[in-house]
Amino acid sequence: MGKLTWAAIPLDNPIQMGASLFVVLFIGSILAIVTWKGWWRYLWSEWLTSTDHKRIGVMYVLLALLMLLRGFIDAIMMRSQLAIAAGGAQGYLPPEHYDQIFSAHGTIMIFFMAMPFMVGLMNFVVPLQLGVRDVAFPVLNAVSLWLTATGALLVNVSLVVGEFARTGWLAYPPLSELQFSPGVGVDYYLWSLQIAGVGTLLAGINFVTTILKLRAPGMGYMRMPVFCWTALAANLLIVAAFPILTATLGMLLLDRYIGAHFFTNDAGGNAMLYFNLIWAWGHPEVYILILPAFGIFSEVIATFSGKNLFGYRSMVMATMAICILSFMVWLHHFFTMGAGANVNAFFGMMTMIIAIPTGVKVFNWLFTLYGGRIRFEVPVLWSIGFMVTFVIGGLTGVLMAVPPADFVLHNSVFLVAHFHNVIIGGVLFGAMAGYNYWFPKVFGFTLNKRLGQLSFWCWLIGFYLAFMPLYILGLFGMTRRMQHYANTAWQPYLVVAEVGAIVILVGILATIAQLTVSIRTRARHRDLTGDPWNGRTLEWSTASPPPRYNFAVMPRVESQDAFAYMKQNGTAAVPPGEYEPIELPSNSPNGFVTAFFAVITGFALIWHIWWMAIGALAGAGVTLLMFGWFERVELKISAEQLAKDDRARLSRMSVA
Amino acid sequence: MILLNATGIMLVVVAPVIVLTLASAWWYRASNKRATFRPELVYSGSIELVVWSIPAMVVMLLAGVAWIGAHDLDPAAKLNSDVAPVRIEVVSLDWKWLFIYPDLRVATVNQLVVPVGAPIAFTLTSASVMNAFFVPQLGTQIYTMPGMSTHLNLLAAHPGDYPGLSSHFSGDGFSDMHFVVHAVPASDFDSWRAQVRRGTAVLSTSAYLELTRPSKNLAPQAYADVDPTLYKYILRQAAPMAAASSEAK
Repeated sequence: MGKLTWAAIPLDNPIQMGASLFVVLFIGSILAIVTWKGWWRYLWSEWLTSTDHKRIGVMYVLLALLMLLRGFIDAIMMRSQLAIAAGGAQGYLPPEHYDQIFSAHGTIMIFFMAMPFMVGLMNFVVPLQLGVRDVAFPVLNAVSLWLTATGALLVNVSLVVGEFARTGWLAYPPLSELQFSPGVGVDYYLWSLQIAGVGTLLAGINFVTTILKLRAPGMGYMRMPVFCWTALAANLLIVAAFPILTATLGMLLLDRYIGAHFFTNDAGGNAMLYFNLIWAWGHPEVYILILPAFGIFSEVIATFSGKNLFGYRSMVMATMAICILSFMVWLHHFFTMGAGANVNAFFGMMTMIIAIPTGVKVFNWLFTLYGGRIRFEVPVLWSIGFMVTFVIGGLTGVLMAVPPADFVLHNSVFLVAHFHNVIIGGVLFGAMAGYNYWFPKVFGFTLNKRLGQLSFWCWLIGFYLAFMPLYILGLFGMTRRMQHYANTAWQPYLVVAEVGAIVILVGILATIAQLTVSIRTRARHRDLTGDPWNGRTLEWSTASPPPRYNFAVMPRVESQDAFAYMKQNGTAAVPPGEYEPIELPSNSPNGFVTAFFAVITGFALIWHIWWMAIGALAGAGVTLLMFGWFERVELKISAEQLAKDDRARLSRMSVA
Repeated sequence: MILLNATGIMLVVVAPVIVLTLASAWWYRASNKRATFRPELVYSGSIELVVWSIPAMVVMLLAGVAWIGAHDLDPAAKLNSDVAPVRIEVVSLDWKWLFIYPDLRVATVNQLVVPVGAPIAFTLTSASVMNAFFVPQLGTQIYTMPGMSTHLNLLAAHPGDYPGLSSHFSGDGFSDMHFVVHAVPASDFDSWRAQVRRGTAVLSTSAYLELTRPSKNLAPQAYADVDPTLYKYILRQAAPMAAASSEAK
């Protein structure tokens, strides 16, 4: 069994054992409930093997919400540790455990919370906004989802069997080399990200193809909703950047598994290469996350202001400018490596240049609000909270782009505060705005408003409480990733930060309560029109939830904000003259079965169980090939059926 | 100073943006009957021009600040001073700091003694994983990397004890990788050196190999003698150090 022994189960550590038990009980109880209720068949045929982009999107978001919980538990454990570990105190987490927690927090929040959230929203929304019936490669889409889930599962398995990396979320060598990290933690990190990374790359290819090749008739590039533009930019970045990640982690794997010397201390290895490569992926990654969020805010602000987005062309240009510039700034992550004044100054200036298109976007949102008729629904709250919070994060970001400022702020908690400022204030607020905005489209009923507001205010206030003290501590010289600190003058600030984390916890609980209450009271909040917000883009022109085929007849696009134009010209709810039969991709277990083998392959490689790795890899290969060569049966929907369903929808709409 | 300048320049734009966002969101709320609805306001060439030029101009200003600052405060740039610089070689180990004064033939662990007013020319490397050498009150930090040397020039203008630390995560003992910089008058510095030279502990190869073993919270030490070429060996990760240190693991 390779390196795997019973010693890998952390029986000696009560906190880790508790976490393990929780994971096992959680997964076990879900499996038990599904079995007891007899939901397996439904789950298998409707969800696990689904190739419907909408279902896949929902599963991505569900994964993201679960991982948000996991990552947040890590966060609040860290904050509690630092609130008490002042002076001589060591807190309740020893370094070897604390180091795993901050590594897991970063890895999970970026790769398994923020990424799936954004990819999930894109999955659901992009084909609907483009007015098409699915993505370009529906089966591949399912494979992407399940490979991402595989990575998430492996990270969580590390809680129960073995350990996670103790190296930080980017696993810098030489610390992550075998010489300094001989355990399986780094291997869990590497294989999880390699497998999930393949899924992300496939998703990127899928969406670039979808947006470039599949659009409703009449939808030229300059009529595409801004969210589709930002999705295009983000997925172009995925296609360009993720291979770098895979290659970089691949080299580290070769170092660790076959004694190569890419980044080792000896035999000519050089860790600086890793820094450059990982950030050549890492900085575009930031924009992979934030660009779709920008798109969501653009949609939300335009919709609830009752106007077209101000400066659409500027927005598109700004988006694409950010897309290209994001590859030219990576060195600002390590000004303190001693590269020399010219190099540092160049990358500092390039970094600032990105602030120009970003600033333009903020101004355009401002002018969209200006002269609008703003309805303060929950998505708008998140958007305005974002605008206010994000510019502060932008300010501190540009500040650190000034090399001499970075020389004193780098690796401090000021940096930690900055990137949480943009990732919570930007990506997470965007995800929550999108979640509240599109939820009625996904499930056919709106979310509870009061609990949504509560969730927003808790996140907003909690964020400021948790991270403003860190900005101050960073200026005092507090460095990040410390498990305890000697300076007791810092403690009050860290206690405030802990309170902030608790307020955010209330926000998360409010989100869970919002979902539960909304499901229970769904009959009262049913949306029969398919257009609860007076939306402007095509996703609102079909039923909520949309039928499997999205649109009975492909919409014809005649302007930007196509649906708003149709409503203005009275062509929105007109029954089409003729229906044509539709062919849709049928379900495929390809993704799920491949992922099943991928989990085993990853686990076996982590523990050096070679026979199992070879067997499972062969299984995954055979699965992919087998489904690739099979003649696929398509799902056919006849014109009569379509006509009947669509007329029923239109009559429901006219009643509502 | 640069921090304040840059923050000031940006606040000129950022503060009004925050105020205007909140103000327009509030004024143009749907329930406000006095606000004029302007759905046609979706494009305006002049506004676009302003909207692109404001951030562009701010960035031009800041880019100037960045360019000048990056050159003036380049860590590797020698400091202008009439006083001869003190050379110190810095080695980060798991989890402690070794400071070698090659010209003075003394070495210390987890403490630095420097003369006030004299430029200190640091050359830094690591004998294990990466770290960053940082004395917040003296300014600039710099990475220490195995197999490579970085350079840093600092100057303590006032006497005092300044805490120093590693600011790049390096493993389980990272949180305790502290040291203190004692900035003392030049005469005190000379007498400190003389006193250390009279001591008995010597940084021999075996004493160095002992240091390469991972340990936390080592008390400050001083060595009366040190091989001035030791740093070059450490930098090359060469035998006998590298071979012996990997045995030690």
